[in-house]
Amino acid sequence: MATTKYTKDHEYIRIDGDVGTVGISHYAQEQLGDVVFVELPSSGKAVKKGDSAAVVESVKAASDIYSPVSGQVVEANPDLEGAPATVNDDPAGKGWFFKVKIANPAELDELMDEAAYKAFLDTL
Amino acid sequence: MGEPQDGPLLTTPLHALHGELGAKMVPFAGYDMPVQYPTGVLAEHNWTRASAGLFDVSHMGQCFLIPEDGRYETAAAALETLVPADVMALKPGQQRYSQFTNAEGGILDDLMITRLGHSGHEHWLYLVVNAACKDADYAHMRAHLPAGVTLKVADDLALIAVQGPEAVAAVATLAPSLAGLKFMTSVDLAIDGIWAHVSRTGYTGEDGVEISVKSADAVALTRKLLADPRVKPIGLGARDSLRLEAGLCLYGHDIDTTTSPIEAGLTWSIQKRRRAEGGFLGAARIQKELAEGAPRQRVGILPDGRAPAREGTAVKSADGQPIGTVTSGGFGPTINGPLAMGYVNRRFAEPGTPVLLEVRGKDLPGKVVTMPFAPHRYVRG
Repeated sequence: MATTKYTKDHEYIRIDGDVGTVGISHYAQEQLGDVVFVELPSSGKAVKKGDSAAVVESVKAASDIYSPVSGQVVEANPDLEGAPATVNDDPAGKGWFFKVKIANPAELDELMDEAAYKAFLDTL
Repeated sequence: MGEPQDGPLLTTPLHALHGELGAKMVPFAGYDMPVQYPTGVLAEHNWTRASAGLFDVSHMGQCFLIPEDGRYETAAAALETLVPADVMALKPGQQRYSQFTNAEGGILDDLMITRLGHSGHEHWLYLVVNAACKDADYAHMRAHLPAGVTLKVADDLALIAVQGPEAVAAVATLAPSLAGLKFMTSVDLAIDGIWAHVSRTGYTGEDGVEISVKSADAVALTRKLLADPRVKPIGLGARDSLRLEAGLCLYGHDIDTTTSPIEAGLTWSIQKRRRAEGGFLGAARIQKELAEGAPRQRVGILPDGRAPAREGTAVKSADGQPIGTVTSGGFGPTINGPLAMGYVNRRFAEPGTPVLLEVRGKDLPGKVVTMPFAPHRYVRG
């Protein structure tokens, strides 16, 4: 079973072998409101942990999406361009942003697991 | 949209009701205001265009100008020194949009001016100004009004806007005579027993009314209005996307102390007599721009793609030369796409002119368009 980890900026990364699928949490999509545009990285792009890798725009504002790990983007979600609201409707599923080949698995240890993220949300 | 403020936030008489309705609150112009309700900005925007939205705009400044001699002309002449609109020509109950100009012809604030129509008060002027500017506006008026014209700030009034194609019908179920109220006129009447001043106006491009009511009656009136299934509460988020689609200026963004009413495309709000006679602050610049054209012009801009171009985005000509800046930009739910307005050099202001919008380091194509983006649906009667 794939493990999911979270950042304090509310991105998740679902880990499947050496590839992670990155998106934003249910909490994050709720805070953003209606998503109307998503800008995604191109396949092959090198990203560093904490770098702005994508942009999500609601009616009101634009927000950066930071890569939870360093690595190389292997795929961006092709469905978000035509249906950005998928980020609101199914953030953990069809609303993923991009897949990244994880360069340094040790970086994953710095992220929160499901229980730690839930506890973190309770502090907000 | 709001500016950072020191000290505790102010609240409107509807503050507790917003909480009860599940609003998400944000600081705006020093007030704790609802930015959205649980359904969210998109649904609220669409509801207003399809039915009727209720907006708490009690943070705005409401005041009266009262001439001691009881003559309307005294009040009108005093206000005409500060605004370029023809105030003198207002008939009892009639309303006009205008701006407070400064000596350089820039805009200190924009406002609605109404000559009261209520018997015995036909010599009074009623003004509604922006929340963020109201203290400065009051000081400006006090500094310039002649002896014999008194500014009365109405801190005891709330202001509720009901906007949308069903708005007037919904309010008229509680006050039937409202159905015949003409666009940009006002009336004083009881809405299901609550005394109110109602103007057929708004800030969404839709038909609708703005209701000025005693603060003590605001919650009761709002509950009566929301009891109608056609009416739902709408936050500042959708208020902004609605006015942007309607091509209407937001003070502090699309107009400010550096922009003239001519550059801003508000020439329509300066009536013929005032254009010729002047006699208001900054008239020299404004009359010069009327004669020669302004160096820059507020225009609508439609990005070709889906990426919104936000406030501050650089606007370039097709060959990459800087020609202006976006002053408001976002996503329009009704047009289902991104939209912006901003100032460009007059040579590029013609509708259809291709432009580039610099978004996150990339030049995205777009074009200058005629506003409004979503057609106005005012009922002019």
